[in-house]
Amino acid sequence: MESIAQLLQLIPKYDALPGLVRAYMPMLVSSLVIFGLLSLVVLFLVWWERKISAHMQDRLGPMYVGGWHGWAQTIADAIKLLLKEDIVPESTDRVLFKLAPFVVFLGAFAAFVVLPFGASSIVSDLNIGVLYIIAVGSLAVVGIMMAGWSSNSKYSLYGGMRSVAQIVSYEIPAAMAIMTVVILVGSLSMQQIVGAQKGGIQNWFIFRNPFTFLAFFVYFISSLAEVNRTPFDIPEAESELVAGYHTEYSGMRFAFFYLAEYANMLVVAGVATTIFLGGWTQVLPGALTAQLIPGPIMFFLKVLVLIFVQMWLRWSLPRLRVDQLMYLCWKVLLPASFVLVIGVGWVAVYWK
Amino acid sequence: MRTYFTDIWLTMVTVSRSMWVALLHLFTRSVTLQYPTEKWTMPERTRARLFNKIEDCIGCGQCARACPTDCITIETEKRGKDEPAIFASDGTPIKLRTYVFDIDMTLCCYCSLCVFPCPTHCLVMTTAYEYSVYNKQDHVYHFAVDKPMSAKPAKEHHPADKA
Repeated sequence: MESIAQLLQLIPKYDALPGLVRAYMPMLVSSLVIFGLLSLVVLFLVWWERKISAHMQDRLGPMYVGGWHGWAQTIADAIKLLLKEDIVPESTDRVLFKLAPFVVFLGAFAAFVVLPFGASSIVSDLNIGVLYIIAVGSLAVVGIMMAGWSSNSKYSLYGGMRSVAQIVSYEIPAAMAIMTVVILVGSLSMQQIVGAQKGGIQNWFIFRNPFTFLAFFVYFISSLAEVNRTPFDIPEAESELVAGYHTEYSGMRFAFFYLAEYANMLVVAGVATTIFLGGWTQVLPGALTAQLIPGPIMFFLKVLVLIFVQMWLRWSLPRLRVDQLMYLCWKVLLPASFVLVIGVGWVAVYWK
Repeated sequence: MRTYFTDIWLTMVTVSRSMWVALLHLFTRSVTLQYPTEKWTMPERTRARLFNKIEDCIGCGQCARACPTDCITIETEKRGKDEPAIFASDGTPIKLRTYVFDIDMTLCCYCSLCVFPCPTHCLVMTTAYEYSVYNKQDHVYHFAVDKPMSAKPAKEHHPADKA
């Protein structure tokens, strides 16, 4: 945000503006920049997911719109969704129904505040960054419950309930897995966590010690459940619940749920990248690659690799049953993450 | 306790195995055919739209009699004695002028029974399978080119009108 504040100084007579405007302008501009980039990336991700899913099933996927491999398909879809009629079913709780998609999106969008895209490209390097991400991540639960409840439809309600139960459960192993790295770094600030992993692949926390290596997988599995993706997509199980909590939505509000889903994928992949895969630092040690690949692009590449794995899992694994889901969370991942935290604590105390 | 850990191990093994299969399929060639631009070549003996080579047709009407759904309508008249003798490509003399030879493809059941009796092999089934038209009457294919010479008026004839 500091760099955006500096850029705003270039506007003529900027200093003559009222103080309140100058105080809020950098926030507004940086959120607009992130929103714009996010929409573009989500459009790409939707297309990419469709291509990957198609090719994993020996199909081709979208091929016509835009010419080369249907690259404009999602743009056309987005325009179609925005132009569609915004239907609010009669028996819904109108206020909650209309508000819910934006609350869900807010939960995903707010997390971008502390994601470090580069050495200076971060909206705000909060000293409680990790805590903040975990906190705003649970905001989506409220929105999903609002959507499920207000739709007044059994599919939506089931989807919302399942989703809330799942997200609330899986937040614990996810937070505990992050905690292992926080113990090692001794800071909750995202930039300091990245700074502790500088100097190439061997300094990434995933390869630092066996406990953080396993913690990465615990976090990744839990994050899959948090963003309701396969094999944990029982809230949106299309074969049972039509589409889960967004069954009754159409048009732009549906598009916002979609945007929030992919934004959430970006967030969890970004957090996993930041905390375990070195964030915007280079893969290879040495200063040569640092000049070739800028930090934000490095960050984005790592995020894309993780998102590819998320999509890959989606087309490899069947959906878990509700009891299997809860078994995995409470009986496997949670004890495992406790063991990992204790192990990392032991390493932090006795190995250094 | 033992099954707890073997289950975890089994999960890891099976998940990685299924991921490996999915990854292999990511790089196999797609089986999709981009239909309107690419098309399958149909087998040689496909039974699809009927075609009559009217120059070889002697107007015998055996196809119309063989048709179980009465989708072929043939109307003929005798050629005059003074008209030049014409022959089908296999040498059969054409003694009748076929001025109506209509096939209603909406009625056709693709049994191919009309093809076998044709003495000059002029009625065949082609491999064309795209029939979409805007008007139902466009499914009636008119193969006749000659006009009737006799006095009786040539009525507009569609097999579909019979019903």
